[in-house]
Amino acid sequence: MKYHTPYSFEEAAKIAAQASGTTRFLAGGTDVLVQMRAGIVLPEELIDLKKIPGVFDMIRNEDGRWRIGAAVPGAKLGANDALVADWPGVVEGMELVGSTQVQGRATLTGNLCNGSPAADGVPALVAAGASVDITGPNGTRTIAVEDIPAGPGKTTLTKGEVISAINLPARGNNGGDAYLRFIPRTEMDIAVVGCAVNLTLDGDVIVAAKVALGAVAPTVIVADEAAKAILGTTLDDAALDKLAAAASAAANPISDKRGSREFRIEVAGVLARRAAKIAYARAKGE
Amino acid sequence: MSNIHVTTTINGDKVEFLADPRETLLDCLRDKVGLTGSKEGCGTGDCGACSVTVDGTLVCSCLVLGVEAEGKDIRTIEGMAEGGTLHPLQRKFIEHAALQCGFCTPGLLVASKALLDKNPSPTEEEVRYWIAGNLCRCTGYDKIVRAIMDAAAELRGEAA
Ligand code: FES
Ligand code: FES
Repeated sequence: MKYHTPYSFEEAAKIAAQASGTTRFLAGGTDVLVQMRAGIVLPEELIDLKKIPGVFDMIRNEDGRWRIGAAVPGAKLGANDALVADWPGVVEGMELVGSTQVQGRATLTGNLCNGSPAADGVPALVAAGASVDITGPNGTRTIAVEDIPAGPGKTTLTKGEVISAINLPARGNNGGDAYLRFIPRTEMDIAVVGCAVNLTLDGDVIVAAKVALGAVAPTVIVADEAAKAILGTTLDDAALDKLAAAASAAANPISDKRGSREFRIEVAGVLARRAAKIAYARAKGE
Repeated sequence: MSNIHVTTTINGDKVEFLADPRETLLDCLRDKVGLTGSKEGCGTGDCGACSVTVDGTLVCSCLVLGVEAEGKDIRTIEGMAEGGTLHPLQRKFIEHAALQCGFCTPGLLVASKALLDKNPSPTEEEVRYWIAGNLCRCTGYDKIVRAIMDAAAELRGEAA
């Protein structure tokens, strides 16, 4: 295995594009090193991104948009008060990934690129309307986070492409987001179902909403009908019932040892209802 | 491929070693540097027995490559006692009988020190969440939590 430490994303993309064998990018390493040890992935080229200037930066632009570098570990998100104030759901999603030790290394970008349908870091990014900056052999492009996962362990990134940063839109006024997951214990587990809700209010009325579900399909899914169910409402009981029904209807899970299909469908609705209430309270500044 | 020369600082001392790029920091600490206090319980980030800090951040050394240590400040269990004087956490672990086989202990000490460095007065719940990634198959955790709470009180200068 060759260990590379490029100083730019262009260089990283070039190494990956020219490689003939298995290639992995290394940021936090909490998935890559485990896969290497288990022999699931034995890269011939390992490209460490952490020497690239800016990969550890977390910047809030003047207009309120955020740019989170590809190597920023989870622990740094929660330590950034301004980010927690703007996007608490995004932060709480990532903070559910692994232990304190894992949080010291694991990154949002890595959680996305690992391609697990149950990735806790991803649904809140999707609900927030986040995008990623990609550098490839033919230049750069920016696409929505939900367009990256392609199925368990797979992404739509093509050979040589690497994500350099995640962009979050400006929070603006009267907005709130939240992420909840179900696991059978209190810590250190993988989501059986995850749900993120992001909404904006005008007075008491919801004027924008996005709902994302994790672990109930081969990729994270955007539940448009669930968002529609609460648009124009004050999140009254009738709206919550419609939201829960729509979230359950959007779920298309498998049964496995962590939960049956029926259970996951039911829980998708329960979590949507609870996450929406939290996001609503946050939007009201409560 | 040939080994890579790594220069790093471990417990304040400058250390150099040659690492195969596939080797973990844990392997390098144990096999190249001779610091065998950090243990390998799983090698996959699940047990915390290999906990060290890198530039002040608590990590599993089994999930860090040795070559990534270049230019970093690494702290391990070997740097915890000052000469012959145990750190209050170490002393309290003994007083509270917070270890049996001891395999998890270096990792738990390094992890709990990282917590107290950041938060000198954690609640019991905060302690339990912080060490959720440190598995102990012997003690049942209760004595460990009590030892950490007691050490924190002593470090704050409160009578235990
Ligand atoms: S040996 Fe590193 S976490 Fe278990
Ligand atoms: S004392 Fe034996 S594993 Fe903790």
